[in-house]
Parts: sequence; C-alpha cells; structure tokens
Amino acid sequence: MSVKLSSRQVGDVTVIDVAGRITLGEGSSALRDALRELVGKNQKKILLNLGEVSYIDSSGIGELVSGFTTVTNSGGNLKLLNLNKRVKDLLQITKLYTVFDVHEDEAGAIRSFA
Amino acid sequence: MRENARHVPETVERFLESTLESVDSAEELAVAIAEKAGFDEDDLMRIGMAVRESMVNAVVHGNRYNANKKVRLFVANSADRYTIRIADEGEGFEYREVPDPLAPENLMRTSGRGLFLIRSFMDEFQVRRLEPGGTEVTLVKYVVSR
Repeated sequence: MSVKLSSRQVGDVTVIDVAGRITLGEGSSALRDALRELVGKNQKKILLNLGEVSYIDSSGIGELVSGFTTVTNSGGNLKLLNLNKRVKDLLQITKLYTVFDVHEDEAGAIRSFA
Repeated sequence: MRENARHVPETVERFLESTLESVDSAEELAVAIAEKAGFDEDDLMRIGMAVRESMVNAVVHGNRYNANKKVRLFVANSADRYTIRIADEGEGFEYREVPDPLAPENLMRTSGRGLFLIRSFMDEFQVRRLEPGGTEVTLVKYVVSR
C-alpha cells in the first residue's frame, strides 16, 4: 500500500489524515504536494495525523522537515498527531522529535493552535 | 527476540534495474529471508529500512536511474549473521565526507539521513569502492541464539 491522504477542516485547522507508507517516490511527493497546496491557499494551521502511517523512510522524514519549514516560513504552524512507536522512534534517533510539536490527542492538538 | 531454531542457510543474488521498483523488491526479498531466519518484527523493520536506504543510494545517487547500470543484491543467511551486500555502478562517494545529520547545522536538512539510519539499524556497516567504478555496502545483523 502506498500513501493515502485526505484532508478535513476542524474549525480553522486543516487536518490531513495520512495512511500507508511515506517513502521515496509517490508517497513523499504526495505529502509534499498536499502541504504546498495548503500553503498556497494561505492555510496557516495544519495538523498532520500520522496515526495510520505504517512506514516512513529517510525521504519521508525529509518531507516532514521540508513541510515544517515551508509552513513555518509562510507564517503558519505544522503539527504532528498520533505518531506510532516506529515513527516516534525514527524522529527521536534523528533528533527531530523535539523540533516538531507532537500531540497524541486530536482535540488537544486543535486547541493548541489557538 | 531472535532465535535461529529454524535456521536454514540461504544465499541469494540478484541483478536489479536502477528503478524505485527494485528498491521495493529488494526490501521485500531481504525481509522475507530475514523472517525465515527468525528475526522478530522490530528487527525485520530495521533490516528492511536499512536495505531500502541502501538501495535508494545505489539507484538514485549511485546509478542515477541509468537503465544501462544494474544494482547487485546479495543476501546470505548463516548461523550467526545475516549479511546483505548492495553494489552499484556509479561514480562512488567519500563516506567520511558525508555530513553528520545530527549536527545542529544539519538537523533541518531535507536529506542526508539514509546512511545514519543504516548504521543505526544494523550491527555492522561497511562501504567499499569498487574497481573500475561503483560502491558496495555491506550490512550485517547478528543472529542471536536463544
């Protein structure tokens, strides 16, 4: 299974639900396109729900970093939600876990944008 | 947890196209053999990712998707070690010159974490320049008897 992205609006926060594998090729480019599209629409509050992400490689990690930088540079906030243990471990060993604002509860994550 | 009660020595060699499909198939093959060798789920993920990252390096940075160049994949499962060798036909790179992705100045770079992840996930990692051209990486995971 490759990656599947769907977005929904919760108040003024756009939640992107990501499922599958974020790897070099289709997976990472789909995520990049989705984030760039939101930034292009001037969306400033973006919550990336990674709860259904089964696998992420170094290219996928690079896309998370790229997305974070793109959104931040446009004056917005990109936050992460529902990291499974493997994704969390990956972000920890690459020392990126503390770079991102990571949440385990969607309602709390939405409130944190206020 | 790992055990080698089901250990059956196995050696596989493949010459793969320089495509992203080869990255997937190499990962699947290496994980399938590692599963038969008795590695647990966490180790299977680590082995799979190390092979994926090595294959991406070979296909993308080594052979640069060149249809005339192949990637050699060699997998050997012995009683005490699981060895994977991946060789490309590219121009090679200086391993010691690859920037440390954990250095503060590199932390927000969008690439350059592949070799670090491979080293983190495997018990041994070696890089060798090939003549007349190319790079071979050797990845080893120890099989621990239980």
